Amino acid sequence: MAAEPAATTTAGKAARVACAHCGLDVPPGLVVEGAGNQFCCAGCRTVWDVIYGHGLERFYRIQESSGAAAMPALTTGRRYAEFDDATFRDVWTREVEPGVRTAELYLEGVHCAACVWLIERLPRVARGVIESRLDLRRSLVRIVWDERGTTLSAVARALDSLGYPPHPARDSKSREARLREDRKFLVRIGVAAAAAGNVMLLAIALYGGAYSGVEAERGAFFRWVSLAFGMVSLAWPGSLFFRGAWAAIRTRTAHLDLPIALGLGAGAAAGAVNTVLGRGEIYFDSLTILIFLLLVGRWIQHRQQRWAADSLELLFSLTPRFARRTGGEEVPVEALRVGDVVEVRAGESFPADGTVTEGESAVDQSLLTGESRPVPVAAEARVCAGAVNVSRPVKVRVEAAGDDTRAGRLMRLVEEYSRRRAPIVQTADRIAGWFVAAVVALAGATFIVWLRVDAAQAIDNATSLLIVTCPCALGLATPLAVAVAIGRAARAGVLVKGGDALEKLARPSRILLDKTGTLTEGGCAAIEWEGDAEVRALAAALEASSSHAVALAFQHDAPARGVHRIEHVLQTASGIEGTVDGRAVAVGSAAFASRRVAAAPAWAHAVHERFASRGLTPVWVTVNGNVAAVAGVGNPIRPDAAAAVAELRHRHWSTAILSGDDPEVVAAVARRVGVPPEDCRGSVTAEEKVAIVEEEARRGPVVMVGDGVNDAAALSAATVGIAVHGGAEASLAAADVYLSRPGLAPIVGLVAAARRTLRTIHVCLAVSLAYNGVAAALAVTGVIGPLIAAILMPLSSLTVVLLAFWSPTFGEPPCR
Amino acid sequence: MSVIYVLVPVASVLAIAAVWAFIRAVRSGQFDDLDTPPVRMLHDDEEEPRAEKKAGPE
Repeated sequence: MAAEPAATTTAGKAARVACAHCGLDVPPGLVVEGAGNQFCCAGCRTVWDVIYGHGLERFYRIQESSGAAAMPALTTGRRYAEFDDATFRDVWTREVEPGVRTAELYLEGVHCAACVWLIERLPRVARGVIESRLDLRRSLVRIVWDERGTTLSAVARALDSLGYPPHPARDSKSREARLREDRKFLVRIGVAAAAAGNVMLLAIALYGGAYSGVEAERGAFFRWVSLAFGMVSLAWPGSLFFRGAWAAIRTRTAHLDLPIALGLGAGAAAGAVNTVLGRGEIYFDSLTILIFLLLVGRWIQHRQQRWAADSLELLFSLTPRFARRTGGEEVPVEALRVGDVVEVRAGESFPADGTVTEGESAVDQSLLTGESRPVPVAAEARVCAGAVNVSRPVKVRVEAAGDDTRAGRLMRLVEEYSRRRAPIVQTADRIAGWFVAAVVALAGATFIVWLRVDAAQAIDNATSLLIVTCPCALGLATPLAVAVAIGRAARAGVLVKGGDALEKLARPSRILLDKTGTLTEGGCAAIEWEGDAEVRALAAALEASSSHAVALAFQHDAPARGVHRIEHVLQTASGIEGTVDGRAVAVGSAAFASRRVAAAPAWAHAVHERFASRGLTPVWVTVNGNVAAVAGVGNPIRPDAAAAVAELRHRHWSTAILSGDDPEVVAAVARRVGVPPEDCRGSVTAEEKVAIVEEEARRGPVVMVGDGVNDAAALSAATVGIAVHGGAEASLAAADVYLSRPGLAPIVGLVAAARRTLRTIHVCLAVSLAYNGVAAALAVTGVIGPLIAAILMPLSSLTVVLLAFWSPTFGEPPCR
Repeated sequence: MSVIYVLVPVASVLAIAAVWAFIRAVRSGQFDDLDTPPVRMLHDDEEEPRAEKKAGPE
C-alpha cells in the first residue's frame, strides 16, 4: 500500500517524494537519503529493477502518454512451483508442437496500454518465451514457450516480477466454445447485413419503378435477384428464428421467436409466390432488414451478458488453486491426495478437509457454516476446505480432497439445484404467446371476410397483415433494454449474469438475507466499548502481539508498533497480560480478569450481561488491578445494512434472515437492521437453507442474498441468487447476480433499476404494439400500401431503440 | 440499359466476395478482441533496441 501522503511530516522533508515506478508518494519512513530513485514499496522496486534491467524503460513513457492512473506494483514473490507440476501441465497447458507449449493465464494488475506493451515484451525478460499476447479486456495472456528453454514457473515468476501475478485461467474449453459461438453469430450478422443491403438497393429501384414505370422484364429480373438474396438471408442467418420457434413449439412454451418466424415465413412464402407469378408485393426488403436488426439487438444483449460472465470468471481465477506440501513444495490443489501433509499459513484458506497435525491457530469458518466467530484449533482438530486460517501456520493431514470435501459436496448440491430450477419466462415471451394467437386469429378473420370480395385479394391482405405485425420492435425492445441495464449495472458494481434475473427483481417479493458476511462484515471487531477510552489503545497494543481469534478484533485500534513499550507478555487460552508503558494490563474473559482485581465492580457485570444478551463476546480489560473497560467483540454490521433493509421494506419487499450462526446472535443483528424477529432463523445448515428456500419458492419468487459456501446451494435454488462482495467461489458460481462492491446498497440500486428496466420494456412493448395495431388495422382494411408499410416498420424499430437507450434504467442509486 | 443484366450479377459477385472476406476475418479471430489491438498498434512502430536483434535468433 503506497497511498499514504508523504508531505507535512518528519525531518525537514517537506517536499513530496514520488515513487520511481508508480509515481505515488513515498511514505516518509521509506525515503532513502541520497538515493536517486525512491520507491514506495518493495514491489515497485522489484518491477523497476526488472524493467530497467531488460531495457524496457519505454514502459514509463507509454504509461505517461496513455494517461492511465498509476498503480503500485503487485508482486508477490511467490515461486509458482505448482505451475511445473505434472497435473497442472495436463490440466492447464497444451502442446502446440513438440517441445513447445501454450497456456492461458489471468493476470492481476493489468490496467492500461503500457501494460499491453510490457507484457508483450515478456520474451525479452524470460528466456524461452516465444510469444506473449494479452487480451486487455479480459486480462488474459496467452503464453507460448519452449520447454527446453524454460519452465512455466519461471515464466510465471517473470510475470510476477513485472507486477502482474498470474493465475491459471479455468475453463479454456468452454471459453473456446463460446468464442466459436461468438464468431458464428458475427458471421450471421455479416451475411444478414450484406443480403439486406443488396435487397434494399434493388427495392429502391423497384419502388422508383412503381412510380415512374419500369419495363416488366427488368422489374421481374430485380424481383428474382431480390428473391435470391432474401432466401440466403432467411436460410442462413434467419434460420436462428425458425429453430427457436420450432423448439418453442416442441416444448409447448411461448417464445418471441414464434411470432417472428410466423411473420418471416408468411412473408417469404408470399414473396416467393409473387415473384414466380410476377405480381403483387415481394416483401424481401422488409424481411432481410428485419433479420439484420433482430440479430444486432440480440448480439448487443449477448455481449453485455458475456462481459459480466467474463468478469466473474476473472474473479474465480483469482482464488488460490495451490497447496503447500511440507517442505515448501507448491502443488496444484488437483494433485493433493489423502494422506498428504500440507502447510497452511496465516491468511490462507485450507485446500482440503483434514486434521491438524501440528500447530495452533484460529480458523474462520464463516464462509462454510455462517458461524461468525473464529474457532480455535489445535492438533487433532478437524478443518474443512475453504475455511481460512486466521492466525498462525498449521500443518494439516489431508483426509478428503477435491470433490470429496465438504465444500465439494456442497458444490454438487449447487449443480443439482441449478439443473432443477425452472427457467424464468420473460415478459416478451409471455406476450409473444398472446401475440401469435391474436395475429393468427386476425389473419384468419381477414382472409374469410375478404374471400367474399376476391380470393386473390384475401390472400394478399392476410399475408400483408402477418408481415406488418411481425414483432420487429417487440423483438428489439427487450434485448436492448436489458443490455442497457446490464451494462449500466456493471458500471455501478453489480454483475448480472442474465436478463431474466433482472426481470424477476422488478417486482417486490421475499428476500432472504444471510447474516455473516452479508449483513455483517467478515472479520471480528470490538464493536462496543464501555469504560476508559484511553485504555483502548493500551489493550490494542497488547493484543497486537497475539494471534488469538479475539485479539484480531482489536487490530483496527492498534497503534503503530513501537509507540508503546510492551513487556512481560503472558498469554493463556482465556486472556493475555503484560505491562504496557509500565502499567499492568490484562485483557481476557471475565474469569481471567476477575483473578487480577480485588472485586469486580457492579457496572462491569451489568455491561457484561448487556453485551452477552446482544450476542457479543464480552472482553474485560484491567489496568493495575482495576477493571478499566469491558469490550463487546463481534461481527460489525455493515454500515449500510440497516438503511438498505429499511429501503427494501419501504419498497414492499418482505425481508428475512437465514443464518448458520447462533440464533441469539442472529436475533441481535435482526434488531439492529430492522428485520422482524419472527422472520429470523439461526443455526441453519446449508441443507436446511436449501429446504427453506425451496419451501418459500413454492409460494412465490424468492431472492436469496449470501456470501458463503453454505449459501451456495440456496442461492441456486432461489428464483434469483445474489452473491455479495467478498463471497466464496461457490457462491459466485451459484448466483445470478454478483455485487463487486462491498455493502448492501447495490442491492437496493439493483432492485430499483430492475423496476425501471421492466417499465422501459413495457413502454417499448406498448409503443411497438401500438404501431403494429395501426399497421394491422390498415392492412385488414386493405388501405396500406407497400411504401407506407416500408416506412412504418423501421420507424417503429427506431422509436423503440431510442426509448431503450434513453430511459434512465440505472441512474443514481436511490439509497444515499 | 441491358447493361444492368451484367452489372447486377457483377455487383452480386462483389457482395459475395466481401462476405467471404468478412467470414474469413471472423474465423481467423480478428474480431475476438477489439480492445487490445488499437492499443498495441501504438507501440509497434518504434524500433526495438539493438540488444533484441542480437539475442533473437529464435
